[in-house]
Amino acid sequence: MYTLKLETAAKARVVADDMILTKGVATAAGSKMLQGFESLFSSEALTRLENAGYGLCGKSRVGEFALDLMGETAFDGALVVDGVLKNGAAEVLSAKEADVALCLDVNGSCRRAAAQSGLISIKPTYGTVSRYGTVPVACSGETVSLMADSVEAVKKALAVVVGHDDKDGTSQSEALCDSVLKNDGTVKRVAVLKNMLVSIDADVKANIESAIEDLKKNGIEVEEIEGGNIAAAKVAWNILMCAEMCNNVSRYDGVKYGHRAQEFSNLDELYMNSRTEGFGSFLKTAIIFGSETLSTDNYMKVYDKALRTRRIIVDEFNKLFGEFDAVLMPAVSKSAYTVKDIENDKFMAFNENFYTAPASISGLPAVVSGGVQLVGKAFSENKLLTVAKLLAKEGK
Amino acid sequence: MNYETVIGLEVHVELATNSKIFCSCSAHSFGTDPNEHVCPACCGMPGMLPVVNKRVVDFGMKAGMMLNCDINRVTTFDKKSYYYPDLPAAYQTTQWFAPVAVNGLVEIETSKGKKGVRIKQIHMEEDAGKLVHDIREDTTHVDFNRTSVPLIEIVSQPDLSSAEEVEAYLERLKTLLRYAKVAECEMAHGTMRCDVNLSVRPEGSDKLGVRAEMKNMNSIEAIKRAIEYETARHIDAIENGTEVLRQETRRWDDIKGKSYAMRTKETAGDYRYFPDPNVMPVVIDDEWFDSVKDSLPEFPEVKREKYISLGLSEYDATRLADSIAIAECFEDAFKVCNNAKEAANWVISDVTRVLNAKGMTYEQLTLSGKALGELINLVLDSKVSRANAKKILDALFEDESLDPVKYAEENDLVMSNDTGLVDKVIAEVIASDPKAVADFKGGKEKAIMALFGKCMKQLKGNVDPQTLRTMLIEAINKL
Repeated sequence: MYTLKLETAAKARVVADDMILTKGVATAAGSKMLQGFESLFSSEALTRLENAGYGLCGKSRVGEFALDLMGETAFDGALVVDGVLKNGAAEVLSAKEADVALCLDVNGSCRRAAAQSGLISIKPTYGTVSRYGTVPVACSGETVSLMADSVEAVKKALAVVVGHDDKDGTSQSEALCDSVLKNDGTVKRVAVLKNMLVSIDADVKANIESAIEDLKKNGIEVEEIEGGNIAAAKVAWNILMCAEMCNNVSRYDGVKYGHRAQEFSNLDELYMNSRTEGFGSFLKTAIIFGSETLSTDNYMKVYDKALRTRRIIVDEFNKLFGEFDAVLMPAVSKSAYTVKDIENDKFMAFNENFYTAPASISGLPAVVSGGVQLVGKAFSENKLLTVAKLLAKEGK
Repeated sequence: MNYETVIGLEVHVELATNSKIFCSCSAHSFGTDPNEHVCPACCGMPGMLPVVNKRVVDFGMKAGMMLNCDINRVTTFDKKSYYYPDLPAAYQTTQWFAPVAVNGLVEIETSKGKKGVRIKQIHMEEDAGKLVHDIREDTTHVDFNRTSVPLIEIVSQPDLSSAEEVEAYLERLKTLLRYAKVAECEMAHGTMRCDVNLSVRPEGSDKLGVRAEMKNMNSIEAIKRAIEYETARHIDAIENGTEVLRQETRRWDDIKGKSYAMRTKETAGDYRYFPDPNVMPVVIDDEWFDSVKDSLPEFPEVKREKYISLGLSEYDATRLADSIAIAECFEDAFKVCNNAKEAANWVISDVTRVLNAKGMTYEQLTLSGKALGELINLVLDSKVSRANAKKILDALFEDESLDPVKYAEENDLVMSNDTGLVDKVIAEVIASDPKAVADFKGGKEKAIMALFGKCMKQLKGNVDPQTLRTMLIEAINKL
């Protein structure tokens, strides 16, 4: 579950997934391309946690550039327990070897892990936690996220990491960052999007139903409604994510750092051989897809439409938040992914992110608790944490 | 058949900000050791995020306003992808979708009269690094000092038709951008570089010919030679079928005086532009827009007219207004001495003389106009002789903080008002050279020069030459 286990004397232990850069400690981002890469600086979020007394207890494994389903594309192999795929950070938390995990949510893998491991995770509003010092993949939506086994632990760490950072041009103002944990946490109405409940297995369905029960028991009104274009998020996010990823990983060319091929006779071969050897096949497919969507021929037909779709989804969400405090949806289609699932569909991640893409593409905050996901209005983390607390399986 | 050449220019200008466009590294890369001004951000390391340097946007807007452009109030940055070792992130952050300035107009003047050149757009972007080839080791080294140094690219419409017009246009850009103090524009330093797009068509035709693009031209003379060569090559191809013209990028070899095909449009890469999600759109509100607008300098023409109204000749006024450094030196000197003619003469002849002697350009002038004005006052008040004033001017060039009045006093360069001293020196000199005195008295007028020179030397030049001459003649005549 670790790429590297570290000793810490601190009382509060944080495990950082391998997308979080750590000065002096190697960060490979799950890729042979960056095997042994040591950053000259640490992630802002991690630095803030360390300044607040947290100690880094290890780096946890991720799939190549955190793009996959559940770590199956990691260059050093997937983490498999009894035929089931596991997320490194979630395993460290479940083993009680860390109190909180710091992850980069690119394509929902941390939310899927929390949903399947009975953990709590929060993907805060885009721009409220600095992305400085995280391996860039899909910068328009990826967010530094937290995972722990209790709402309290998540909230405590969240209070530390949120805040404006001059080093991140997309960072929100100090006032808005501040509001994340000050805004009213009262929740009165929650919407369940019917068209987001498709393709889920009995376990996930049971989790949704039990969540609705719990909400109602606590006097919260729950209404089932049609989800509209929010269900189109997956397609648009796959386009934006792969295009941005393709551009971001272009920097790994074998010239400056990272993997360099031994065999080459000219510059083009240095590029091609280094990248051919350094990247896995899943990533290469995504690179080619991303590159195609940005070509002069396809930009307006594909990429520009995805940007417009993002705008429509944000608008539809905001319209919902006029009436509801949060939107309930699954985070996964099933309670566990097996090795067989991936053998049957290597690109399952680009389908399974149907549930996580709406919050990724819109930059809205999302929590996972009790195996289900709630998406809230920007800066409404307090409301989401209120619901998370009600749904948490802890103590049940 | 007569042909006309159709030329459009893409001019890259390095902005004179202190720091780079997206990080706080120094932007002054000229003459530093390799990789001295670099950080993880401008080296494209993972995890660093670009933060826009507001000064760059200020300068971009200023440049746009100087060239009569419309300013886009919401301007965005976009990524342009290509692989090259001098581009550490394998993408350049530039402006593709909403450049800072569009639709400008620049007026130029040539032997054929005045003409407007339309500006399509000005966009801000980051520069790439430099590759240094080491022939001995057969290796190539990368220097990232220049990566992320801010540039603007000024894209003209194809409104130019000769080497002369291109030269006038480039000179005009230099003057205006230097006036706004946004750029050095020194082609020899690489702070101004030029891509020339050229095609040839029959005179009067409204259809453009096949375009050749010549990249990274770095001297006006080379550009002129390249335009002449390319024009001849195109006409030759059209008339004599010497070759089939293709839309292509060409490299100009100034030593051989020839251009060579580099790549055709078909083989050119796709830059895959898309909006940079890490740089928020820059919104220029009224307050920001107005503050930049208010900081614009007077245009050269306004200064010229002002100088003419002060009584200067058209020639002098034009020479002063051609360079902002010279114009400001003149204006500051004039403010102190209140004598336009004197101030203009000093700037145009004496200041220029020193600059030439030092091999400096007008733009490198750091002489304080105020000090020059004070120096001029010393001369006008007959406190310092013109000859000694020139010595003081030389000293002012060496040390900008020098106070001319103090310097004159401390170095014994003040004219003597003590006629007693002058009388005494004259008496001594006359007594020491009776032969010259006799010669002068005998009608050899030139003999006075030896006596005059000796007096001047003893008085260390601190006397008005005319006064000395009169006093000397009087003294001899009294003998």
